[in-house]
Amino acid sequence: MVMAASETKFHVLAVDDTLIDRKLIEKLLKTSSYQVTAVDSGTKALEFLGLNNNDHHDVEVNLIITDYCMPGMTGYDLLRKIKESSSFKDIPVVTMSSDNIPSRINRCLEDGAEEFFLKPVQLSDVNKLRPHLMKRRTQTNVNKRKSMDEIVSPDRARARYNELEVK
Amino acid sequence: MDLVQLQRQLVDYRTSLYHEGFLDEQFTQLQSLQDENNPDFVVEVVSLFFEDSERLLNELSKALEQQVIDFKRMDAQVHQLKGSSSSIGAHRVQKLCIVFRNYCEAQNVEGCLKCLQQVKHEYGIIKTKLESMFQLEQQILNAGGSIPV
Repeated sequence: MVMAASETKFHVLAVDDTLIDRKLIEKLLKTSSYQVTAVDSGTKALEFLGLNNNDHHDVEVNLIITDYCMPGMTGYDLLRKIKESSSFKDIPVVTMSSDNIPSRINRCLEDGAEEFFLKPVQLSDVNKLRPHLMKRRTQTNVNKRKSMDEIVSPDRARARYNELEVK
Repeated sequence: MDLVQLQRQLVDYRTSLYHEGFLDEQFTQLQSLQDENNPDFVVEVVSLFFEDSERLLNELSKALEQQVIDFKRMDAQVHQLKGSSSSIGAHRVQKLCIVFRNYCEAQNVEGCLKCLQQVKHEYGIIKTKLESMFQLEQQILNAGGSIPV
């Protein structure tokens, strides 16, 4: 897959263990002209991103929106994993929950979530995503231009590998 | 009944569902998300709600029949039911789930049993009402009319 940045639609990865809510969030996002991939667990989200293998990921995800309460890996666990990953920490993450628990909300925001939406999520909430995506796109384009320059010579390629964090 | 009468009946019926607290604004949002690309969106989501609810209500009934009641598991199931009812705007069911969760937390068997009965009752009502509403909509469509917003 070519790593060209898609200048058209942003790609959002939605994570929710309930089918109804997945269907809803998918519709809300598509209505707002986002490309959507919906998965039913944090584990599947990480698999989709390619976090579980050491190859360079070949899908571009511009934002992750995740439910908080999920069996196994919670949305908070997923948030932490994303933020601790050198490859993915810059992807904005938004958490959602049907429970209004201030300590939960604060913890997510403090640990890197851009927003916390109370369910049921509204179109007005989804509208809040765009600024986070636009901000990153500008940043990503700058980074991509830099890394494309580095592919030119083997010496430069070696320098790139040295920069990659060994986990 | 002619088309105009059918449409008027639908509007009145829908309005009454909101006034009587069966549905809230979330249902309106669902309807606003439906379009030509997804003409059955509301029916699909509501059908998922029916399936989910019936499964959960069955599991809750079984849970309360056990010798040792797993309140934690029940709470998780009521949480799910609360979530899906809130997602479609089934207001009364959602409100009852909040009370139900409190009883689960307090490990109050009597309270849980009573709540379960109430939730089953309210669920039955909203299911019947939504099905009637969809039937009315279908009649309008069959008569060549469009669904009034």
